[in-house]
Amino acid sequence: MNRDRVTAILMLTPSVILLAIFVYGFIAWTGYTSVTDSNLRQQLRGETAEVVGLKNYEDLFTGLLNKRFRVDMTNTVFFTILFIVACLGVGILLAILLDQKIKGESVFRTIFLFPMALSFVVTGVAWKWLFNPTSGINVLPTVIGLPAGQFQWFISEDRWLPFNWHDLGFYIALILLGMALLFTLWQWSKKRSQWAAFGAALTLLLLAWVTLGDPRSITPIREDGHGFNVALIALVVAAGWQMSGYTMAMYLAGLRGISEDLREAARVDGCSELQVYRRIIFPLLQPITLSAMIILGHISLKIFDLAYTMGGGNNLFIDMPGINMFFTTFRASEFGRGAAIAVIMLIMVAVVIVPYLYTQLRSETHL
Amino acid sequence: MRSSKWFILVAALALMLGVFALASAQDAQPSGDLEIFSWWTGGGEEAGLNALIEKFKEMYPDVNVINSAVAGGSGVNARAVLQTRMLGGDPPGTFQVHAGAELNTLWVAADKMEPLNDLYEQNGWMEQYPQGLLDLISDDEGNIYSVPVNIHRSNVLWYIPANLEEWGVTVPATWDEFINETCPKLQEAGVTPLAVGETWTQVHLWENVALGVLGPEKYNGLWDGTTDWAGEDMTQVWETFGKVLDCANEDMNALTWQDASRMVIEGKAAFNVMGDWAAGYFLVDNSLEPETGFGWAPAPGTEGVFNMLSDTFGLPKDAPNRDAVVAWLSFLGSAEAQDIFNPLKGSLPANTEAQIDDSELYNAYFQNAYEDWTSNTIVGSLAHGAVAPQEFSSPFNDVIAGFQESRDVATAQATAAELAATTMTAGSE
Repeated sequence: MNRDRVTAILMLTPSVILLAIFVYGFIAWTGYTSVTDSNLRQQLRGETAEVVGLKNYEDLFTGLLNKRFRVDMTNTVFFTILFIVACLGVGILLAILLDQKIKGESVFRTIFLFPMALSFVVTGVAWKWLFNPTSGINVLPTVIGLPAGQFQWFISEDRWLPFNWHDLGFYIALILLGMALLFTLWQWSKKRSQWAAFGAALTLLLLAWVTLGDPRSITPIREDGHGFNVALIALVVAAGWQMSGYTMAMYLAGLRGISEDLREAARVDGCSELQVYRRIIFPLLQPITLSAMIILGHISLKIFDLAYTMGGGNNLFIDMPGINMFFTTFRASEFGRGAAIAVIMLIMVAVVIVPYLYTQLRSETHL
Repeated sequence: MRSSKWFILVAALALMLGVFALASAQDAQPSGDLEIFSWWTGGGEEAGLNALIEKFKEMYPDVNVINSAVAGGSGVNARAVLQTRMLGGDPPGTFQVHAGAELNTLWVAADKMEPLNDLYEQNGWMEQYPQGLLDLISDDEGNIYSVPVNIHRSNVLWYIPANLEEWGVTVPATWDEFINETCPKLQEAGVTPLAVGETWTQVHLWENVALGVLGPEKYNGLWDGTTDWAGEDMTQVWETFGKVLDCANEDMNALTWQDASRMVIEGKAAFNVMGDWAAGYFLVDNSLEPETGFGWAPAPGTEGVFNMLSDTFGLPKDAPNRDAVVAWLSFLGSAEAQDIFNPLKGSLPANTEAQIDDSELYNAYFQNAYEDWTSNTIVGSLAHGAVAPQEFSSPFNDVIAGFQESRDVATAQATAAELAATTMTAGSE
């Protein structure tokens, strides 16, 4: 080993040790807590928590008392999708507008980026005032003599796309099996192997069983209504207002990276301005879209402060798993179940982040 | 002769020494740091606490009082901080805790509190505090674990007398009367019959609907296991609660309790059920006179019942600087301290020796409430930690929030019943 290598290892060791303890150690500890029935009463008495296996997880996904968790999961999915779409849409629109070599571009850039400098708490409080149904932006139309807006924003109790939670497994199975069937059929069409035929037959059989038989009878039939809570729109607007400036900055950097030669070449070839964007610019911006989606995705999956300040913690229409985790752990003092929620959140974020990190690391080693 | 003289001399000397020793013991005043942990961070509560600390510093100039208060209504955030500190073996000198289940099922059950019976006997408090209150802060063996500072009433219906006259309605005596007569009449007049705020105020309303429908005996049965949460009585409670919510403002989730009270003051709503901290809001923040400017009555169906909550302070085991904590608690329980604190906070004194008749200190509302306090049946509040452990009350907020949206009686009742079955037994262990 040469000197450099020794120095490098010596320099890295402290942070590796700290990371190992304070990040991975505590993740492991949380994982362990999530399979126990640990709670405050027990801890205060100095008793050790009992390992209860996956009971906490089972309770969360099926228990009568934990409907709040399932509301949160539904909310997270809808919020994440809408939030990402809103930020990307507004971001690229602003970036394209700014890219038109307008006067005072830097002023606009700063203005659009400013909201990102605020904490979500500030955003939450300010938008809570703006969205107050009786005194906020609903009153604006009256200034020019129009009737006041009727939308209830963050306290709206409307719900679209209603579904029963216990049918969710059925829908997911249907989708997965359908995809598997298509895949095997595609394999079969490429190469008529025995395995592909066997696979296709098996998925077909499973699909028939799922649709014609009644696998739903396995899970207890109980009405557990969920859906897209319209109140989330308020949350999406506030979060989008804060983060779309950031996506704008990313896209703007991307646009500046596309050489003018390419656009010129396309124009010379007779592309309309619209076609330049569709055929040249958007495809070249794809890596940026991916990065933005990852960053926005992990923000929205972990969001706590914005929903907490806007909803006060008990508004289930804009509730998020982070709030539930905090309440379960520190108010109801059920450490085990709180840890289970935390682990599920970690898995959700990991699903988004890990493939990204993987591709990033791989491309770096290629360099 | 001679020996008896000696004896007298020795005895006199011994007596003098004894007196001297006693005097020096009293001179050994507590010193050092005293950390007081509470959630009194705003308004009259903070003013009251600061006045207490000031007086205490006059009495014990050597003690350095550290006021570590954590903001957050009803102590939700303070409790989270306290739990972490207690688990970490770093208890504050003394901490605020609601009398009842919050104290007993957690801290006392975990053997984290020191009994204070000696303190009570030294100060003669056994006779000065009402027995019903002492029961709430004692275990089954009669060990008392905290010192109550104040009493609040939960079951109060607030209104503006002039407005009621204008709309031609009277104060409803039962929830049935409210739903069937008062509510439709007010709705026809375009007035919201009942102003309600965010979720915890809905829980607050729920407990008073339950109390009004069940009566005190069955209400108490909810907490000791003798009333069936899945039974017919409870179905009626949930049904009534649903109809009461139908008479309330639709934007409740966007309002704080002050916003709800303000709806009554501004004449947008007729009634509001809130604890008697609202008296301070009517009186101080809105300059309304008791009886003429704002009126009150027991919540419908709860005449003759006092639904109470009380803030108390206890002595954790291994508290740093125990002497100073004991001095603070002795002061806190005295009638003098309670007459300093309660007029500022806007609550009743817990110590019966307090100067409740002094109208300079306590206004007409509190004198009236005090009569009820000393003559009514006493029950404890759910929303404020008196009757159920937080394993029950925290998820119960979700049950109420879910019901508020769906108004689904069967689901709410089943969920609450399962919650009670899984958490209340743990509490009585």
